[in-house]
Amino acid sequence: MQSIGRPTQPADTIGVGAPATVLGHRGLDHEEALIFELGASGRCGVDLDTPAPVASRLGPHARKAPVGLPGLSEPQVVRHYVRLSRRNYAIDMGLYPLGSCTMKHNPRLNEKMARLPGFADLHPLAPMSTVQGAFALMDELARWLTTLTGMPGVALSPKAGAHGELCGLMAIRAAHEASGQAGVRKRVLVPESAHGTNPATAAFCGYEVDPIPANAEGRVDLAAFMARLGPDVAAVMLTNPNTCGLFERDIVAIAEAAHGAGAYLYCDGANFNAIVGRVRPGDLGIDAMHINLHKTFSTPHGGGGPGSGPVVLSAALAPFAPVPFLVREGDGFRLVEEAAAGAAPFGRMAAFHGQMGMFVRALAYMMSHGADGLRQVAEDAVLNANYVLASLKDVMTAPFEGPCMHEALFDDGFLKDTGVSTLDFAKAMIDEGFHPMTMYFPLVVHGALLIEPTETESRETLDDFIRVLRTLVARATSGDTAHFAAAPVLAPRRRLDETLAARRPVLRWRPPALDKAAE
Amino acid sequence: MRYLPLTGDDRSAMLARIGVADIDALFRDVPQVARLNGPVDLPHHAGEMDVERRLVAMAARNLAAGQAACFLGGGAYRHHVPASVDHLIQRSEFLTSYTPYQPEISQGTLQYLFEFQTQVALLTGMDVANASMYDGSTACAEAVQMAERITRRTRSVLSGGLHPHYAEVVRTMAADGHEMVSLAPSPQAAVTAEEIAGLIDDATACVVVQSPDVFGNIVDLAPIAAATHARGALLVVVVTEVVSLGAIEPPGHQGADIVVGEGQSLGVGLNFGGPYLGLFATREKYVRQMPGRLCGETVDAEGRRGFVLTLSTREQHIRREKATSNICTNAGLCSLAFTIHLSLLGETGLARLAGLNHAAAATLEARLAQIKGVQPLNATFFNEFTLRLPRAAAPVVEELAARGVLGGVPASRLWPDDPDLADLLIVAATETNTPADIERFASALAEVL
Amino acid sequence: MLRFSKDHEWVRVDGNTARIGISDYAQSQLGDVVFVELPEIGKVLKKGAEAAVVESVKAASEVYAPVGGTVTAVNAALVDDPAAVNADPLGAGWFVEVTLADAAELDGLMDEAAYAAFVAELG
Repeated sequence: MQSIGRPTQPADTIGVGAPATVLGHRGLDHEEALIFELGASGRCGVDLDTPAPVASRLGPHARKAPVGLPGLSEPQVVRHYVRLSRRNYAIDMGLYPLGSCTMKHNPRLNEKMARLPGFADLHPLAPMSTVQGAFALMDELARWLTTLTGMPGVALSPKAGAHGELCGLMAIRAAHEASGQAGVRKRVLVPESAHGTNPATAAFCGYEVDPIPANAEGRVDLAAFMARLGPDVAAVMLTNPNTCGLFERDIVAIAEAAHGAGAYLYCDGANFNAIVGRVRPGDLGIDAMHINLHKTFSTPHGGGGPGSGPVVLSAALAPFAPVPFLVREGDGFRLVEEAAAGAAPFGRMAAFHGQMGMFVRALAYMMSHGADGLRQVAEDAVLNANYVLASLKDVMTAPFEGPCMHEALFDDGFLKDTGVSTLDFAKAMIDEGFHPMTMYFPLVVHGALLIEPTETESRETLDDFIRVLRTLVARATSGDTAHFAAAPVLAPRRRLDETLAARRPVLRWRPPALDKAAE
Repeated sequence: MRYLPLTGDDRSAMLARIGVADIDALFRDVPQVARLNGPVDLPHHAGEMDVERRLVAMAARNLAAGQAACFLGGGAYRHHVPASVDHLIQRSEFLTSYTPYQPEISQGTLQYLFEFQTQVALLTGMDVANASMYDGSTACAEAVQMAERITRRTRSVLSGGLHPHYAEVVRTMAADGHEMVSLAPSPQAAVTAEEIAGLIDDATACVVVQSPDVFGNIVDLAPIAAATHARGALLVVVVTEVVSLGAIEPPGHQGADIVVGEGQSLGVGLNFGGPYLGLFATREKYVRQMPGRLCGETVDAEGRRGFVLTLSTREQHIRREKATSNICTNAGLCSLAFTIHLSLLGETGLARLAGLNHAAAATLEARLAQIKGVQPLNATFFNEFTLRLPRAAAPVVEELAARGVLGGVPASRLWPDDPDLADLLIVAATETNTPADIERFASALAEVL
Repeated sequence: MLRFSKDHEWVRVDGNTARIGISDYAQSQLGDVVFVELPEIGKVLKKGAEAAVVESVKAASEVYAPVGGTVTAVNAALVDDPAAVNADPLGAGWFVEVTLADAAELDGLMDEAAYAAFVAELG
């Protein structure tokens, strides 16, 4: 048996008494039915004219049956989604210490700028003469990204971090194909501590994933790495700072060795926030790195997207960047949609040229901070994480020596023999008004708890957070396991039965009659 | 530095607790050669007014679709988005939350994802849908890979009516040694089962058909589904204009095994190509082969209905190199916009919206057909159709733009290397086009030609 | 004859037939099993090859064949009732049966006592 992933939650939880209410509402916390259970035929939330009578051009393909959508007026729809919104935690409410996710403040200026009709109301295939300002913005974003990373090329079209990873690895594969080495370079070296997307991406590109072990200091084991390196290695995929929140001290040696063996060095840029403005990845010998604009450059996570994952490329890889890309022409720009002289694009990542809405937001953020402010961002992010580490390491167990970079990693050693698991501990934080940290990742640490406060938290907030965690640790070690097993009790929902959800998947609403018929 | 709360005093006190002299000590693991001593060569920080001024100036150099008479389609459509949609998606609790990994405090996101999945399943006529993909083109590539996993075959047939950018994405994402057979684009008529059947063999995993196709033709899917299934292959149907599903038969009622689409038309807006919204729906029996996140219904410890992300063992953070896809982030907030817009429309609103689109396009086509030298090609269409012009379409489009008309997408923009298509113009009309817009387009086109 | 592998699979040999499943320790580590993917009958498995996949809510694991052979039967009841893997891992929770290709492959496996000691070592 080869087990991967994190364990399931324990099943036994303890009920708490809450006063019964007629409709199940609890003060400001409203129970809310599904939109399909609220509607009535005959209601509509938009006023549209009756279509002019025209001879149908649909041929024999006109819709025969109704879709089955409910009808609601505008106030009903607004209330429904406002009520739902109130059942979410958000960075605007409090600290969101998810390690490797960089949940920082999302400035509203970014939102305002992205909604300017001159950006938001542009069609991707509009005549190029009419969108030169948008091209100029993309070019300016590219200038900031290439300058901050010290790398000459950039592909803007990837739509998220994992998509950027795919783009970077495809550029590497194309470079090996161009030099006639694709047939022999079959392996990609990936540290055990990597994000799950890294091995998934390498496997997707047809490579054999060869894991590199970590050493006792939580970094790539250089000797093991050197032993794994060979003429059949296509690329090395590193995260730096790594997922343990530590800077890979041997990165330059790793890059030199990889290049010496004819391989490229891919860097997962998820943790760029720790070093932006202080370290240029190009100076470390990195050949390709995706940048999560929704992490380092403050575009909102939106409950799971949309993201944006531009990839910066070294001179060796830049010619292989996918279409479309911008070229300067006269005093303007042209979008190149097909293979052109001097370029050997490996293909196309998406229908159009990237997440323009995110480009505007990210550029507004970069301009706001500037080169000096971005450097301060990295410093404050690292300072905040080290402050958390220093304030908790006497009561929680840190597996590796500090200093850390932008995130502080603990293992579950401090919970040993308490009967409280990492999951229980994290769930108890919810009742205290905090979102839990990342749990059970990275996999190289037992029961990992990974805390990334980011630079946008004040010292007062961090002190509150630290006080809560210290109190919870004391409670766990004092044997109050029941408190943790029951948690959370103050959230809109208690723990949810994930086993039931997976064993008998219900993935959509069905009208009650049909639902019965289906059973 | 308005986004940074730490003061100088904070920083000193914090460094003292950590036990280091200065911030550089925290960066000591960075190799000496890579440490920058000062800020990089870029402008320094700026206030809101300054940033706004610079970005407004860039935006002002563009011709927004709303400033012109816009008839652009080709995979992205301009529709009116009700004001409440944009208001609601900017609620902090939606905008600034992460992927709902802690379901107890993410029921808002999870419930709308469940509603979104249901809406997509209803619209497409399929059993289940996932919680969204990046966009229509990447969803299409994922669908091909899913069909290959299910059938354990390595060859796919792409209809000539498939948006060429989608076809390129599918080819880019194809695994080593997998074969993608593309039919030539045929603007005159929708692809037929006879044309497709000859290309399907026992190694074929799937047939990919777009309807309405890139030229606007509506495809008769049922016979294609029959021909596809006869060889044990799956039918993937692509819908780039989701509003069309308010007026035409859904692919799920015509034998599709996987339906993917671009959901940008509802709620999301044009955004110069992104962020958009990938729709992905399939049959119940294939759900474990489906890529992307899935939200499912369950109960909490007190027996109350609640929602969780489920079947996540398909995904990269658990399966790593054995995942069904490397997708991680999806298009959460865009799926919310879609769901709210569709909730506002409801059954009657969607039907009416689709009717308005069809009427606008039919009116426009009839009007443009009166212009000398303009030849309409479509037998059927929903809100987009193709014209043959008496000369190359690309310069015509530039000349129309100079007259304040965004008069369609020249086929040469999508097929730069195909001179046979150079005189084709792909034109879309939506509910946003007024009769005055249509007249303006017609007179400008007559003038230019 | 019951034997265990270091990967926590068991194999019960009856004449030429070997029935394969996962150990009680393995099911307890996985937690609630929600899905089982079984091989096709007739598939030839080499020793150490992936015989099945077992999924809990948060983990997916491969079940490796502790001995090689041709699949002659699969426990289709698990598809509807994956919980049987938790309830009765050594009985009703079996996964596949193969015709034993090489009895010598059993030599490297542990008997019940040795496996119990092996698990105790894991803590």
